[in-house]
Amino acid sequence: MIFNLIIYILLAIGVFFNLLAGVGLLRFPDVYTRLHAGTKCTTFGSIFICGSVILIGLRMWYTGSTDGSVLAIHTIFALVAILLTNPTGAHAIARAAHRSGVAPVRAVVDDLQNNTLKKEEEK
Amino acid sequence: MMEFFNTFLISLLVLSFCILMALIRVIRGPTAPDRVVGIDTVNTIVISAMVIFGAAFQEVIYIDVAIVYALLSYISTLFIAKYLEGGDF
Amino acid sequence: MLAFVITTVLCFITYLLLTTGSGTLGLWSLEEILVGAILSLIVGSLARTIFVKDNFRMLNPVRWIIFIAYVIGPFFVAMAKANVDVAYRVITGKINPGIVKISPDLKTDFGITMLANSITLTPGTLSVDVDEDKNDLYVHWINVKKKALEKKPVNYRYVCGKFPNWIRRIAE
Repeated sequence: MIFNLIIYILLAIGVFFNLLAGVGLLRFPDVYTRLHAGTKCTTFGSIFICGSVILIGLRMWYTGSTDGSVLAIHTIFALVAILLTNPTGAHAIARAAHRSGVAPVRAVVDDLQNNTLKKEEEK
Repeated sequence: MMEFFNTFLISLLVLSFCILMALIRVIRGPTAPDRVVGIDTVNTIVISAMVIFGAAFQEVIYIDVAIVYALLSYISTLFIAKYLEGGDF
Repeated sequence: MLAFVITTVLCFITYLLLTTGSGTLGLWSLEEILVGAILSLIVGSLARTIFVKDNFRMLNPVRWIIFIAYVIGPFFVAMAKANVDVAYRVITGKINPGIVKISPDLKTDFGITMLANSITLTPGTLSVDVDEDKNDLYVHWINVKKKALEKKPVNYRYVCGKFPNWIRRIAE
């Protein structure tokens, strides 16, 4: 009973954060802030969703099914893949956006802009 | 463990709604990086949805596909970013 | 030679973990173990110069224990805070963004990669670019504090807290 409740709560948190990522993508004004929503929230939501599946697999293993161990271990691998690749991909997109000339909207300060300009003058 | 089947289906329904919102951003996005951000978000949500699918139908093959999909979508994102950046590879 | 052994053993362990529950020999079948051994030997001979660079610092198990403590403890708490923060900004729409430069004073490539990933997943910050000569990071900050802008480059304590100290203990 308590186990079922834990699974429901974990799934609800995960789905809520994924939904937040979608809303954030629609509401924020420029690429960088959209990346904030799209990267952090989906990663965090995926941790909880994978966590619930891992718990289900571990309980199946405990009650004597070898399928459960396979489910849990493969889900851990999927989680590690998400955790490693997601922030790196966001970093690549942000860098490409800045180099292709998209300036942050309503920026207070932009150190990188001054830096690239200086380098071009030196050349 | 079929007791969670309906819960998993409801979660999948909400996740597909998230994918729809990200797709609106892909269609409307004013610049190319905006569209890439939308595609990246869709990829991550699809991975979560595949993990839920695998747990709901008790098929491990869905989760294997999710691992390979995660790595391949990462490589495609890197290449699109490299293309937008310009310069040599 | 040591690089070859490390790469092969890691590949073999990964293969074994992915094929659990396939047979009767322990958890594995004999065919899977043989195929896994041959494939990891091939991968080890091909990828040893890419996978292991010049030092073997990460073989020390103490570093891995600190790494796991870091991921479970301060990193996960910061990530939870980050998501509540993004939720707040999605709902209210209050943003005050800017790109700032920080110099965390880390030397190795592995350390700077880990710091950039940590910054991306923690509250209000996203790493944009890296200066490869001096290992300086350019960080997009969603809510720039006026106090932090008085000195250039910005003190990293405002952006990422104590993460560089943890990472210095793990990677250097």
